[in-house]
Amino acid sequence: MKEFFVIILSAILVENFVLSKFLGICPFLGVSKKLSTALGMSGAVVFVMTVASAVTWAVYEFLLKTAGLEYLQTIVFILVIAALVQFVEIVLKKLIPSLYKALGIYLPLITTNCAVLGVAIMNIDRNYDFLTSVIYSFGAGLGFTLALILFAGVRERIEQSDIPESLKGVPIALIAAALVSVAFFGFQGLFSN
Amino acid sequence: MSALKTLTNGIFKENPTFRLVLGTCPTLAVTTSAINGIGMGLSTLVVLVGSNIVISLLRKAIPDKVRIPAYVTIIAGFVTIVQLLLKAYLPSLDKALGIYIPLIVVNCIILARAEMFANKNTVFLSALDGIGMGLGFTGALVFMGSIRELLGNGTIFGIAVTKNLFSPAVIMILPPGGFLAFGFCIGLLNKITSKKVSHTGCHACSLNCGASGNDCNKASAKEAGI
Repeated sequence: MKEFFVIILSAILVENFVLSKFLGICPFLGVSKKLSTALGMSGAVVFVMTVASAVTWAVYEFLLKTAGLEYLQTIVFILVIAALVQFVEIVLKKLIPSLYKALGIYLPLITTNCAVLGVAIMNIDRNYDFLTSVIYSFGAGLGFTLALILFAGVRERIEQSDIPESLKGVPIALIAAALVSVAFFGFQGLFSN
Repeated sequence: MSALKTLTNGIFKENPTFRLVLGTCPTLAVTTSAINGIGMGLSTLVVLVGSNIVISLLRKAIPDKVRIPAYVTIIAGFVTIVQLLLKAYLPSLDKALGIYIPLIVVNCIILARAEMFANKNTVFLSALDGIGMGLGFTGALVFMGSIRELLGNGTIFGIAVTKNLFSPAVIMILPPGGFLAFGFCIGLLNKITSKKVSHTGCHACSLNCGASGNDCNKASAKEAGI
């Protein structure tokens, strides 16, 4: 139990996907303008990342590995993720319409979110077992959420301040992200492993 | 559009990194040194040219409804080729770039060029577009990588430059430095060209990595049909 707690916490704080691994920067810059959209997007990401890591782990372990086709990993994973996102969308629409309403429009965007493919590949690279993979992915999703929500707050403040003309928009967002990243850097070495 | 214009378009006018702000993840992640920037840029260039050519060849054969999955499969194929070649011939670079090599699949630049250029133009022009965009991306990565390596490590391409001038600020080769360098690079470019970078996101990137505002996402998500 303690082990899993450490995995989740280090995925959120120490190895934050957005701020220290640079995965999922596009949505991080894109949908962090408003808190509500940031929440919707992160909810969808947490959900898809957790499910996708479970499925890709199983596909790798039971299909690719037994057939000796490990080199097809990249192609298979991206197709599995794309199909999975579509499938999740259909199922949610049918079974849990309220959740679909909240996450629906974000789901199609997730296929090309590199955080999802990234976590799937990382689980395999690190030889995680099934449970660890799922928990790590869940934690990574939570880390994405935390970064997005914190940054949405920062950005709402930026909107109202006086910024040099040439830094307006993307540049100031990146510079602000650098400062948030510095803050997260303080967590480095929280766990000695 | 003339051939030369197609080629230079990606290098300057529509530089994917600094002008369109596409492919931000690898731009930030691998630019800890100039040499890594070259490696990543050229790998992306190879994938981009290959996928542009194949998609342009197949542009009449791929049904419109399933074009995005088809593009992704083609791109993933080329990425796998590059991945295997790097593993075989440049294992040290493969190790340095790590997970970001397979992640070329989800680099917005490649899908954006497939959707905006390759499926509308001839094979020759698509190949040129791929080369131009790839070179623009490589140039941007090398530029970023040089700045970060110089400030963070005191070297460029591993050659010591600032030995007696100042002690390097390690933060520039750590994650925060990536954001900082990228932000100031775009800002500087804005200042010089007195043009503002618009986060084109969805207009440029059909597969919408969620780049710009909410409404735009909804529209392009519907359009992409995935």
